[in-house]
Amino acid sequence: MRHLISVLIENESGALSRVAGLFSARGYNIESLTVAPTEDPSLSRMTIITNGSDETVEQITKQLNKLIETVKVVDLSEAPHLERELMLLKVRATGKDREEMKRMADIFRARIVDVTDTTYVIELTGNQGKLDAFIQAIDPALILETVRSGVCGIGRGERVLRV
Amino acid sequence: MLLTGAEIVVQCLQRENVKYVFGYPGGAVLHIYDAFFQQDEIRHVLVRHEQAAVHAADGYARASGEVGVALVTSGPGATNAVTGIATAYCDSIPVVILSGQVPTAMIGQDAFQEVDTVGITRPCVKHNFLVKDVAELADTLKKAFHIARTGRPGPVLVDIPKDVSAAKCEFRYPETVSMRSYNPVVKGHQGQIRKAVKALREAKRPILYAGGGVILADAADELTALARRVGAPVTTTLMALGAYPASDRQFLGMPGMHGTYEANLALHHADVVLSVGARFDDRVIGSPEHFASEPRTIIHIDIDPSSISKRVKADLPIVGDVRHVLADFLRILDEEGVTAPSEALAPWWERIEQWRARRCLAYEQPAEGPIKPQYVIETLWKVTKGDAIVTSDVGQHQMWAAQYYRFDHPRRWLNSGGLGTMGVGLPYAMGARFARPDAPVVCVTGEASIQMCIQELSTCKQFRLPLKIVNLNNGYLGMVRQWQQLFHGGRYSESYMDSLPDFAALARAYGHVGIRVDRPADLQPALERAFSEHANELVFLDVRIDPRENVYPMIQGGKGLTEMILSADDL
Ligand SMILES: Cc1ncc(C[n+]2csc(CCOP(=O)(O)OP(=O)(O)O)c2C)c(N)n1
Ligand SMILES: [Mg+2]
Repeated sequence: MRHLISVLIENESGALSRVAGLFSARGYNIESLTVAPTEDPSLSRMTIITNGSDETVEQITKQLNKLIETVKVVDLSEAPHLERELMLLKVRATGKDREEMKRMADIFRARIVDVTDTTYVIELTGNQGKLDAFIQAIDPALILETVRSGVCGIGRGERVLRV
Repeated sequence: MLLTGAEIVVQCLQRENVKYVFGYPGGAVLHIYDAFFQQDEIRHVLVRHEQAAVHAADGYARASGEVGVALVTSGPGATNAVTGIATAYCDSIPVVILSGQVPTAMIGQDAFQEVDTVGITRPCVKHNFLVKDVAELADTLKKAFHIARTGRPGPVLVDIPKDVSAAKCEFRYPETVSMRSYNPVVKGHQGQIRKAVKALREAKRPILYAGGGVILADAADELTALARRVGAPVTTTLMALGAYPASDRQFLGMPGMHGTYEANLALHHADVVLSVGARFDDRVIGSPEHFASEPRTIIHIDIDPSSISKRVKADLPIVGDVRHVLADFLRILDEEGVTAPSEALAPWWERIEQWRARRCLAYEQPAEGPIKPQYVIETLWKVTKGDAIVTSDVGQHQMWAAQYYRFDHPRRWLNSGGLGTMGVGLPYAMGARFARPDAPVVCVTGEASIQMCIQELSTCKQFRLPLKIVNLNNGYLGMVRQWQQLFHGGRYSESYMDSLPDFAALARAYGHVGIRVDRPADLQPALERAFSEHANELVFLDVRIDPRENVYPMIQGGKGLTEMILSADDL
């Protein structure tokens, strides 16, 4: 099962390596991990996408909690939540491909944020599925590079993760 | 008061009531050693290898219940300390390790004696810190001690760059620590505890299964009171020997790979298992699947939630300090008017007595030899009246010491259970002797293990530690040889050690008393002399034992509790 775990952790050097080290040492898998400071700069928030049985994920949350710098851990995937990922795509945009690429970006509600005679940089946000679908939809020969931020997650409604 | 970082270190240690620091100097800690030189409240114990510094601090902590402290230099000092740190980590022992580091401006430049100590030790410490600013030093040290001793204890390392120990700042030691990210639970959930008491009272075949957490929490009295009250049998893991009196009828011995017949069968067939500060590790429950084949209710008390339902699923998890939780159990039993064990346990005890009647630890000592290791430990028990602090190394001798020295009190049995580190025995004995200067301290070791920290005989001379070392010399990496005999077709690959030293002579070379014992009749007199004539000296008894003796019972790794090998005849 895929799980999305959010962690509030002290924004200290070394905190990230403790989390990454925990996953590798115990053989848990990380599909993606994002981290950045919160509105309180002394706290970082991580979003971790992992896969595992219920028992494994229970151990993962317990082990994350056990880290001295961890303030809070929640498995967001246990309840309604939102997931977003940002992707930047550089594509070849010449001749008739130029128009076609613009059309595809519009359909996916992506934005073209950089334009040259021969290239576009397209910015797209959404859940992982949407980003994957966009890549599927365009001609792979035109993709020059892609970069994805990894997933950020937040609970819906009154479900709030804070200190 | 304006102090240097080094002076702040000394001040902080004094505020934490540290009496001994086990260490070894070097470039990056010269300022700290200079500060030690100018005070006389804390005694520095100069070891001969940094591994032993951490082991000794760890042994001190195990014997005393206080935080042990080690001090090492950067680079090789820190890497030498790693085995000691990992050993303490695996057994949850509170130790604070101070390591020197190259000056902050040189970090990352591959400076002389630079290693990423925080990175190297990260997976084997409870927590670690790199202090980059002298202004943070006092706070960090306060936190280090707090983290080491609270919750599930463990080693905490503080890495101090040389310029930080030289820099000056205003010293103020914080009175308290408050960390929003670290607040270990102490009290257990009352509803869960009531349910657990009910399950325990209704059990027809209960067992108390106690682990190292009981020792760490100083909960032996509560455990004993509870066992007596409910009349259940008790098994204690290798880490918890002494948490319940071994000479008591309710004690079944230890469970697991080299546990007793009665402990393993009782644990397997119990209908309610009360696990107290134990973790169902693979040396106890070799096969969780086999264990799960029998229905039972598992109550699991542990201060570390991640120990619960890790290998064996708990039906009633209780997170909390085991001493508090057991006290709650007793209070509830008081309220419910339970004062004596229930008659309903009689059939269960009948079964247990039948298992016990197998006398799985019986052995014979032929009068003319060879000396049986079991006989050595039993004689040691007799001569010390069961009252010594016993440390061991790792191997067959460790298991014999655990099986045959009946520990009636906590903190008398010091060994490396989790990491299984050969070499701990002698430094543990040193630490224990500093912690309990009046107690007889015996190190039961093997001719291979003792050589992993034998240089510490020199430290023992310097500090006049009258330890008694009992070397169960079988000429083999005995435990390795046993596995090769049983599971590798008798192919004894590299388990025989040629060219062993004359240990008695070696001990004498270090300035101690060395005695070699070859015949059974000489054993007891030699041991008695060690504690009388040589009471104030370190005595190294090199006891030549039967090289073919194996440790039984034995459960092969990955097998179930009922799949015991009781003797060579079972093979
Ligand atoms: C540092 C270390 N290296 C290797 C081992 C693996 N090992 C476990 S027991 C053992 C043999 C110990 O021999 P000895 O000290 O003579 O004890 P005996 O088993 O003969 O009583 C070895 C090599 C270990 N536990 N620790
Ligand atoms: Mg040996």
